[in-house]
Amino acid sequence: MMTDQGSSFVATRNACKMCTPLGACLAFSGVEGCLPFLHGSQGCSTYIRRYLISHFREPMDIASSNFDEQSAIFGGQNNLSIGLRHVLESYRPKAVGIATTCLSETIGDDVSMFLNEFRSEQAGNTDLSIPPLIHASTPSYHGSHFDGYTEAVAAIVDTLAEGGKRQDDLVNILPFIVSPADLRHLREIVHDFRLTPILTPDYSDRLDGPPWQQYQRIPDGGTPIDMIRRCGTAAASIQLGDTPTGRTAAGILAAKFDVPAMVLPMPIGVRASDQMFGVLEKVSGRPTPQHHTAERGRLVDSYIDAHKYIFGKRAIVFGDEDFVVSTVGFLAEIGIQTVLCGSGGQSGTLKASINRIEMGPSEPPRVIEGVDFEDLTEAAADVHADLMIGHSKGYKLARQLGIPLVRIGLPVHDRFGASRMLHVGYRGTQQLFDRIVNTLLEQRQDISEMGYTYL
Amino acid sequence: MREAIDILDARRRQVHTKGAQPFQLDCEKHSVAGSVSQRACVFCGSRVVLYPITDALHLVHGPIGCAAYTWDIRGAQSSGSQLHRMSFSTDLREKDVIYGGEKKCETALIELIGRYRPKAAFVYATCIVGLIGDDLEAVCRRVTAQTGVETIPVHSEGFAGSKKDGYTAACAALDRLVGSSESPPPDGPSINILGDFNIAGETWVIRDYYERMGVNVISTITGDGRVDDIRRAHHAQLNVVQCSGSMKGLARLMKQKYDIPFVHVSYFGLEDVSKALYDVAETFNDPAMMQRTKRLVRDEISAVMPRLRRYRDALQGKKAAVYTGGAFKAFSLVRSLRTLGVQTVIAGSQTGNPQDYQQLESLCDDGTVLLDDTNPLELAKFIDQTGADLLIGGVKERPIAYKLGVAFCDHNHERKRCLAGYEGMVNFANEVYSSVCSPVWSLSPRKQHASSVKRSIAPGPLVTADAGLPLNAKVPQCPTAATAPSPGSDSQACGVCQLKAHCSGLAAQETETA
Repeated sequence: MMTDQGSSFVATRNACKMCTPLGACLAFSGVEGCLPFLHGSQGCSTYIRRYLISHFREPMDIASSNFDEQSAIFGGQNNLSIGLRHVLESYRPKAVGIATTCLSETIGDDVSMFLNEFRSEQAGNTDLSIPPLIHASTPSYHGSHFDGYTEAVAAIVDTLAEGGKRQDDLVNILPFIVSPADLRHLREIVHDFRLTPILTPDYSDRLDGPPWQQYQRIPDGGTPIDMIRRCGTAAASIQLGDTPTGRTAAGILAAKFDVPAMVLPMPIGVRASDQMFGVLEKVSGRPTPQHHTAERGRLVDSYIDAHKYIFGKRAIVFGDEDFVVSTVGFLAEIGIQTVLCGSGGQSGTLKASINRIEMGPSEPPRVIEGVDFEDLTEAAADVHADLMIGHSKGYKLARQLGIPLVRIGLPVHDRFGASRMLHVGYRGTQQLFDRIVNTLLEQRQDISEMGYTYL
Repeated sequence: MREAIDILDARRRQVHTKGAQPFQLDCEKHSVAGSVSQRACVFCGSRVVLYPITDALHLVHGPIGCAAYTWDIRGAQSSGSQLHRMSFSTDLREKDVIYGGEKKCETALIELIGRYRPKAAFVYATCIVGLIGDDLEAVCRRVTAQTGVETIPVHSEGFAGSKKDGYTAACAALDRLVGSSESPPPDGPSINILGDFNIAGETWVIRDYYERMGVNVISTITGDGRVDDIRRAHHAQLNVVQCSGSMKGLARLMKQKYDIPFVHVSYFGLEDVSKALYDVAETFNDPAMMQRTKRLVRDEISAVMPRLRRYRDALQGKKAAVYTGGAFKAFSLVRSLRTLGVQTVIAGSQTGNPQDYQQLESLCDDGTVLLDDTNPLELAKFIDQTGADLLIGGVKERPIAYKLGVAFCDHNHERKRCLAGYEGMVNFANEVYSSVCSPVWSLSPRKQHASSVKRSIAPGPLVTADAGLPLNAKVPQCPTAATAPSPGSDSQACGVCQLKAHCSGLAAQETETA
């Protein structure tokens, strides 16, 4: 088995990742009434807003403390405090999620202390009620958007969760970066087990909502803050994704309140979804509801119906590590061989996670961590892949190789419906499976002289 | 009941309603902390300007975000090298921040230059580089000496001002290239095109106009830019500057150093593009060139007017909000919209100066709201108050419009459709029309609620004439592949009164179209 750590190039050429504060802003958008706030210079918030708008096509207001040279030299306390006052006044948020950028991190701003001082300064101000201020430390030279996301979810739970009497029907669902459709589906699944999910974060409505009759300062939706407070009383935490390197919400809840943490791979594919459903059966003490087992049955049936058209195809998979691990597992169970996989993330666990996958008749893939698209391009030169699975940034390589790209994950900014793409559970797997099969059939039809008119 | 959105106290003086009080608008201020400004940073300003220099290597020295978010994001096309579309970053890590990033930057440059053989290299300093104090000048000197490829630092630390300061940094970097070629000057009248970025091939359209007038274009800075052309730019007799905010700095430097005069122009809208061409022709004081220019303007306007008139019929009486990066483009948009029968009710920019806003005010009708460095809440508030049917801006403004059931037209560097020049005006009209008149708005809750809103959906023929996504639109061709565009027919021109200043005496009679 070939594994390695990417090329020896010093520069990153066409990155396969985004920066830490982007992930934090996304996570904060999943808390009800919470306004993301970047402590640093203006450009970070503008770029991140622009980037996320292209994926979600929804308003993405991210405030900034707007550093200038003065703040870079003397510290950003004043800017933070003015900025907070302004957002409290104009947005009336139920929480503010403050993420630091490389700038404020490097000058050593003590944001926790600033926030405490801000709270005590404003204590006598009856015009201004101070909502929870959640602080995530997210220097962009440390990790990627994935780590920023993980850290922000950890900070949300760390700041808000409280202990109390154990509630048997309450379960913390802690997914890593998935689509709004995935979040909705997860909520629905947990409800079907007659459990109450505290899905954190939940940006499903906020980043995929209806048009408005009047402008909303902060769009509706998100995990209610009162629910997050109850995280410490849940029967269990189910973390969907197993590659984070830093602290996790599930870990914090286990340490602080003894909430059992169950760490699962992202549920893509029958086997990975079975694991999630199995855990929910255990937590709820109930069998999987019939309509889910029916969905599972139909999925397996479709696997069988389509197997001839996909068996032995060769795929390149890239993106966030959890997506990569689960997608490779899913492909293995349908008979598509992953020949190369890579992630911009560098948890150090990607290779081991891929190694644990039951590969069936397939050879294990070459695994590259901390990859950029030029590394991937070089590695892809002689693997003879039939398709690529990953986010929009792989388009250039797919075009170069003359093979189709099935878009999953974040960012998907060159296709419609990123928010509606379902990846998780039997239903999400079904959608992904059909897209993959049809992509390959379409290509076959395009290159065949007679066309494939009946299968 | 609607909940009123207030303007932050710190921003009250950056908002003005024409006619409500004597004109006064604060501008050129640092964005108010917590105001969710639509502005970007110094790095963004530099990156925007230098990005379309296609055969240069662009290395972003900093953590990954700055490079990731600017990877191939703009629609600046190239007739040759595509190197500018690559996203290179030193992807700084914690240990670089502690021990300094110079070594990494130098090694990265040397290996990238070795691999990609660029004509020159630009190295952008981001926030963090300014803080840790990497000496980019020294790094670039060493790399230039070692590789023989001129390597130029761009002092674009994000926090060191606004986007405008990034333009200045980019101009300073360009100034190092200009005048470094020893090739002889060309014969005949010659210009540089400054401040056009070849979005969707716009520079090619403009360049073609000048060449038809008999003017040599020495360099296009920076759209479809080439390092060697920029080195020769000092041979030009005139600098023609669009997007004055970004490139006036370079024009000024070239005036000082090489005594090259410059004119400000805009290529958006029939009036402004015509004025641009006449202004350039006037500078050369050559009757034959002026004759050619008049013919070009007449032919082009004749060709597009009948098409535009049909859009105007559909759009007459609609109201628009305009929010642009620079103020100069806002003037053109207000005029262009007027050509289409659309009234501007909100006008603003991220970076206007006092003169800009004064001019904008005089251009707009009473009641128009002027905004400097505005934010989503204010934009939404005024769209609601004025009943605008259309917002023109960049990607960050789009969801504000859509959520409120208002049409949107992208007019920034990410647009995929040529909006400059005469044909560009038709594309613009088509884009405005196909959004404002789309039936989807009638389903939006805000429109359903406001029963007083009059809807008019233009019928079929217009749709078949020019509608269609950018894919079907007339796309400027890369000059290396292009054939000469066919001039308009000999039909008569100028049916729009605003154009009389530039077209009078040519053919004032309106053309009736089938």
